[in-house]
Amino acid sequence: MSEAGLTNAPSEGTAPRQTRAEAQSYLSDGNSLRSWLLTTDHKRIAILYLISITAFFAVAATAAALMRLELLTPNGDVLTAEGYNRAFTLHGVIMVWFFLIPSIPNVFGNFLIPLMIGARDLAFPRLNLASWYIFMAGGLFTLSALIFGGVDTGWTFYTPLSSHYANGNVVLALAAVFIAGWSSILTGINFIVTIHKLRAPGMTWGRLPLFVWTHYATALILVLATPVLAVTLLLVMAERVFGLGIFDPALGGDPLLFEHLFWFYSHPAVYIMVLPAMGVVSELVTAAAHKKLFGYWFVAYSSLAIATIGFLVWGHHMFVSGESMYASTIFSFLSLIVAVPSAIKVYNWTATLYKGSIALNAAFLFAMGFIGLFVMGGLTGLMLALLAIDVHVHDTYFVVAHFHYIMVGGAVTAFLGAVHFWWPKMFGRMYNEVWGRISAAFIFIGFNLTFFPQFLLGYMGMPRRYHVYPPEFQTLNVLSSAGASLLGIGYVLPLIYLFYSLRNGETAGDNPWHVTGLEWTVPSPPPTHNFEEAPVVVNGPYEYPLSHDSSIA
Amino acid sequence: MTIARHEPFADIAREREADRLGMIVFLASEAMLFGAIVMALLALRTFEPTAFAATSERLILLAGAANTAILLTSSLLVAVGVGARKLDRNRLAMALFAGAALLGIAFLIVKGSEYRAEYLEGLMPGVGPRQDFASPGARMFMDAYFIATGLHAVHVIVGVVLLAGCAWRLRGDAPPSVVGTGNVGLYWHLVDIVWVFLFPILYLSR
Repeated sequence: MSEAGLTNAPSEGTAPRQTRAEAQSYLSDGNSLRSWLLTTDHKRIAILYLISITAFFAVAATAAALMRLELLTPNGDVLTAEGYNRAFTLHGVIMVWFFLIPSIPNVFGNFLIPLMIGARDLAFPRLNLASWYIFMAGGLFTLSALIFGGVDTGWTFYTPLSSHYANGNVVLALAAVFIAGWSSILTGINFIVTIHKLRAPGMTWGRLPLFVWTHYATALILVLATPVLAVTLLLVMAERVFGLGIFDPALGGDPLLFEHLFWFYSHPAVYIMVLPAMGVVSELVTAAAHKKLFGYWFVAYSSLAIATIGFLVWGHHMFVSGESMYASTIFSFLSLIVAVPSAIKVYNWTATLYKGSIALNAAFLFAMGFIGLFVMGGLTGLMLALLAIDVHVHDTYFVVAHFHYIMVGGAVTAFLGAVHFWWPKMFGRMYNEVWGRISAAFIFIGFNLTFFPQFLLGYMGMPRRYHVYPPEFQTLNVLSSAGASLLGIGYVLPLIYLFYSLRNGETAGDNPWHVTGLEWTVPSPPPTHNFEEAPVVVNGPYEYPLSHDSSIA
Repeated sequence: MTIARHEPFADIAREREADRLGMIVFLASEAMLFGAIVMALLALRTFEPTAFAATSERLILLAGAANTAILLTSSLLVAVGVGARKLDRNRLAMALFAGAALLGIAFLIVKGSEYRAEYLEGLMPGVGPRQDFASPGARMFMDAYFIATGLHAVHVIVGVVLLAGCAWRLRGDAPPSVVGTGNVGLYWHLVDIVWVFLFPILYLSR
């Protein structure tokens, strides 16, 4: 076991249940609330994000539970139409902007990018803390919109509904998303500069772990797409408050313009959610197979390809909104093209597993779940990109199922995979592996049971966003609600055994999975300054088999 | 007591490089912010060409042109000021930055007087003594005009504060770094260049 980075300091004895690494780690560097709230340590900021997004996830999941409960029967029993609208708006706004977009980048990107590239911190530590505060300010705006009665526009804020007809606290919700956007932009700037300027000696671009590559691509989207959303929401606010008519036809405006501007951000935003997940899966797959990743450069460049082409496909959300046929044809074509780099990644992950000695641990089960569900989501995405099919299933549960396969089946599953894989590094303790596998199974089965019936419902014509439906759809809706409860169990379980592991888990050691990567060469949990001396990197990211227990041989 | 900053950089030169790159990436983000508005203006110009041209004619061309000259001059001062800071002629740099900040304020005064004239003429949508729009397209043009120039004016205000702060710090023994001064300069150039796009789109499309 490598003892690098440890100096002789007071160790066991002073605090019984604490290991020496823990006593010297970032977690013990100040215990006051103040030392957490004013920290500029990227690892502590990551923990702040982890706590806050988990809370937001709980709020939005509660809204989803209400919706699934309502849809158990064809009639409106639990919620009124108005209440249902508010529930799905709340669910969408919080899940998209306060959970999915910050989930992997702000928790794991924050924690791991400096460790993976051999740096002491992100390039702008104070900016990093500021971005958490901005994020929380946005969160408070959302919660106040909720407390004052909610919003009923849907997370897409389509005009003229959002600008003229909607009741409720639309301006508060718009302001919340606007503010959270600035947090995204600052994080994106921080990642780009860090990856350019803080790589350790010898850490060339070709030696970057793929997690870092995908975060680079994500940061580009964050920086270039988010400001467009910001200005669009500003225009909607101006229209609602001052009556400026950019999107109002009665005043000479154009509602389709809103959809263009909104999806110019919000389609790339899907890649903000899924690219980091792909980075996580690239790490998990190589770690489980103990093999070099098949086709490193293909996977690296496919991230940049997704980021680039992802900017050119937004029009596929408007096939039935009166967009010109020629524009639609081109957007349809580009939407098919953007699937190619994603498919490349899936093939490369599978090829990496070929002849590997695979460890079927919890983290890997989540990664496998991601691949399967992401393929389902991706293939149905191709169907939706085709003009003829899209007209048939537009605004039905088919679309709902499709994007949940990508966002929940993909991004959330990968997020949980990352939690299980890097938990020992973050807190220095191992969780119960058996419970980890059980929760992975619950989530995979529960997820499919929830959302596969929705593909069928949508194909049969059940529209989204209604709280009542014809009785013939009830069987599938009951199945879906039953699946949601399994999914809920799958999400609650990790909370319990992970919390339990914090005090009672076995100590993890520097490199519990025996994998490569600079983050596994430092103690678990890492000391405040990550590396006692700047590491020098001499080989590529996935050099297996390890010739030494520590990951740099 | 303040909690010590977690320091990522081993040497100062690298930190300055990072500061510059950070500023450039931020400016790319800012460019996209205005890019969305320029796209909206282009859409309007395509769909409502006559209303666009007719309403553009009601803007005060002289004021717009004067403001263009003011901003371009201030950008020149900033560029020379950044050069002076490089040569360690900090007093000169201070004077130039202060001059640029004053020109920024002059820009805001001219812009404000334009807004006042438009308010009185009934060109401010939704407010004012009367409303005087020939068509929905005309009103739409003025909506976009106020959003675009208003957002730009917010950036001018931020830029003036940055320039003034920079000038203030340049007077003493602890001047801002060469890269730091350069970054403030870059921000001001962005403010300038956004106007260089807005001016012809709004004022000259007649």
